[in-house]
Amino acid sequence: MGLRQFVDKIKPNFEKGGKLHAFRSVFGGFETFLFVPNHTAKSGSNIHDCFDSKRMMIMVCLALVPALLFGMYNVGLQHYSAAVATGALAAMPAFWSVFGYGFLAVLPKIIVSYLVGLGIEFTVAQWKGEEIHEGFLVSGLIIPMIVPVGTPLWIIALATAFAVIFAKEIYGGTGMNIFNVALVTRAFIFFAYPSVISGDAVWVATDSIFGLGADIDGFTAATALGQAAVAEAPAFDMSMVWGFIPGSIGETSVVAIALGALILLGSGIASWKTMLSVFVGGGLMAWVFNQIGNPENAVAMMPWYQHLALGGFCFGAVFMATDPVTSCRTECGKYIYGFLIGVVAILIRVLNPGYPEGMMLAILLMNLFAPLIDYYVYQSNISKRAKRAANSK
Amino acid sequence: MSLFSKQNMEALKTPLGMNNPVTVQVLGICSALAVTAQLKPAIVMGLSVTIIVAMANVIISLLRNTIPNRIRIIVQLVVVAALVTIVSEILKAFAYDVSVELSVYIGLIITNCILMGRLEAFAMGNSPWPSFLDGIGNGLGYAKILVIVAFIRELFGSGCLFGIQVIPAWCYEHGYINNGLMLMPPAALIIVGCIIWYQRARHTELQEEQN
Repeated sequence: MGLRQFVDKIKPNFEKGGKLHAFRSVFGGFETFLFVPNHTAKSGSNIHDCFDSKRMMIMVCLALVPALLFGMYNVGLQHYSAAVATGALAAMPAFWSVFGYGFLAVLPKIIVSYLVGLGIEFTVAQWKGEEIHEGFLVSGLIIPMIVPVGTPLWIIALATAFAVIFAKEIYGGTGMNIFNVALVTRAFIFFAYPSVISGDAVWVATDSIFGLGADIDGFTAATALGQAAVAEAPAFDMSMVWGFIPGSIGETSVVAIALGALILLGSGIASWKTMLSVFVGGGLMAWVFNQIGNPENAVAMMPWYQHLALGGFCFGAVFMATDPVTSCRTECGKYIYGFLIGVVAILIRVLNPGYPEGMMLAILLMNLFAPLIDYYVYQSNISKRAKRAANSK
Repeated sequence: MSLFSKQNMEALKTPLGMNNPVTVQVLGICSALAVTAQLKPAIVMGLSVTIIVAMANVIISLLRNTIPNRIRIIVQLVVVAALVTIVSEILKAFAYDVSVELSVYIGLIITNCILMGRLEAFAMGNSPWPSFLDGIGNGLGYAKILVIVAFIRELFGSGCLFGIQVIPAWCYEHGYINNGLMLMPPAALIIVGCIIWYQRARHTELQEEQN
């Protein structure tokens, strides 16, 4: 029996009068997840793209996969390098145990984030008798990728619940949120439990998992930005581009993120205007700080390409700034929005030593301003056309 | 009219629930954010405001027929400022620690919107006894919200209640961490928002009409 037949066979149970009617939105959610819904408009003329938001979300998830896989490998790599450096292990194991360690360290985080987020979404949809929205598919994968490997699962669960309820559901659910849900999760952890997401003890896993790896005592490793904030910036080398450095799980590798960016741009989901202008804004701001030149501030003296390669800059620019819900909708607004994200991110990095990484706060801040930017783009267009109409009379 | 007529009791009771100064009239939010990181200062603040609103209401109510309309705000302010100064001095004399903790916020009761709101809306048009009850009711309605917010913030923010550790040590040994966000003013805003959400979900008549 094919999947389609099976779905059709159990469908009557969920329709009005069926015994499982109470779970109709859960069923509807799974049905449309598996098959493109064949709902058609009954009246009027509509032009509709078959590429609905579920397909779009799945494309974004695919684009996240390279960074996720690399992140898992890097978690294992950082762990084993630390084990070898401290003498807990004699030599580096084979590729698959390095990857396996990272996989086992990251997988629980993904499961927890999806369980909590989708649990809340399903409950709310069921309760309000609405269809289940697909927005959390992407957020749920991004959340584990933007936290350090040391973040406890209960904190991820709590932060995800907070973000889904207070950043999404109270605004009206998927597509209505002002702030990027995954970033609100991170911001919640950042302000509520700063000890698990900053400092130099959280970026490298120090426990063995199911016999893989080793227990390492007292090992600390700061991120490159963390080092630059308190002392001297490490010199630029290619490991910062490949991503073999400590950092949040999915953010370290520029190359893996670039692969994701190609998928997003190729399928037309993300706007190249936003993405490009984030990099231009960030690069320009970093260059300005280089020119001002303050030898006492190591972050200010970091070259612009190093600024763009380190921390969450690339990940934020590719996957978060381009979020179609929370970014600007007007084409001209996208340039302004992206440019200001880059500028503010570097400003926070350089001028506030308390926050070594400014990307999260920069994007959240500009999320807030996106509707305002759109409003002024509309207004200027209206007045331009009004003027043209007046002149042509 | 009897002292505890239905009307008078309503002046006392509605501010505690259906016409709460914080959650329904949305007044006095600033101090609700500032002093609710712990229970003790929140209770002291709530009681101080209750006493000051009640007394100011009585005094203004007694003077209401003699105050020229054009300078009524100045008169109200003088009365409130005098009462605030008295309360502040009493706190300094008998509860110095708490008064240091509350620092400027006792003085800032003068600017608490609940005070001017009640004086303008109630005391200027009612006799002293109902005004007194209205002041007590609004003060306690304010204090009630402060205590709820402070309870949540102190419990989850520092694991204490009234400064006494209530979350046991084994929780911390198993990885529990106090929520630092609860110690910051935004947490109070979110909690007050949740209380308003709960109240309006239960009493749909409080919801504004959708246009």
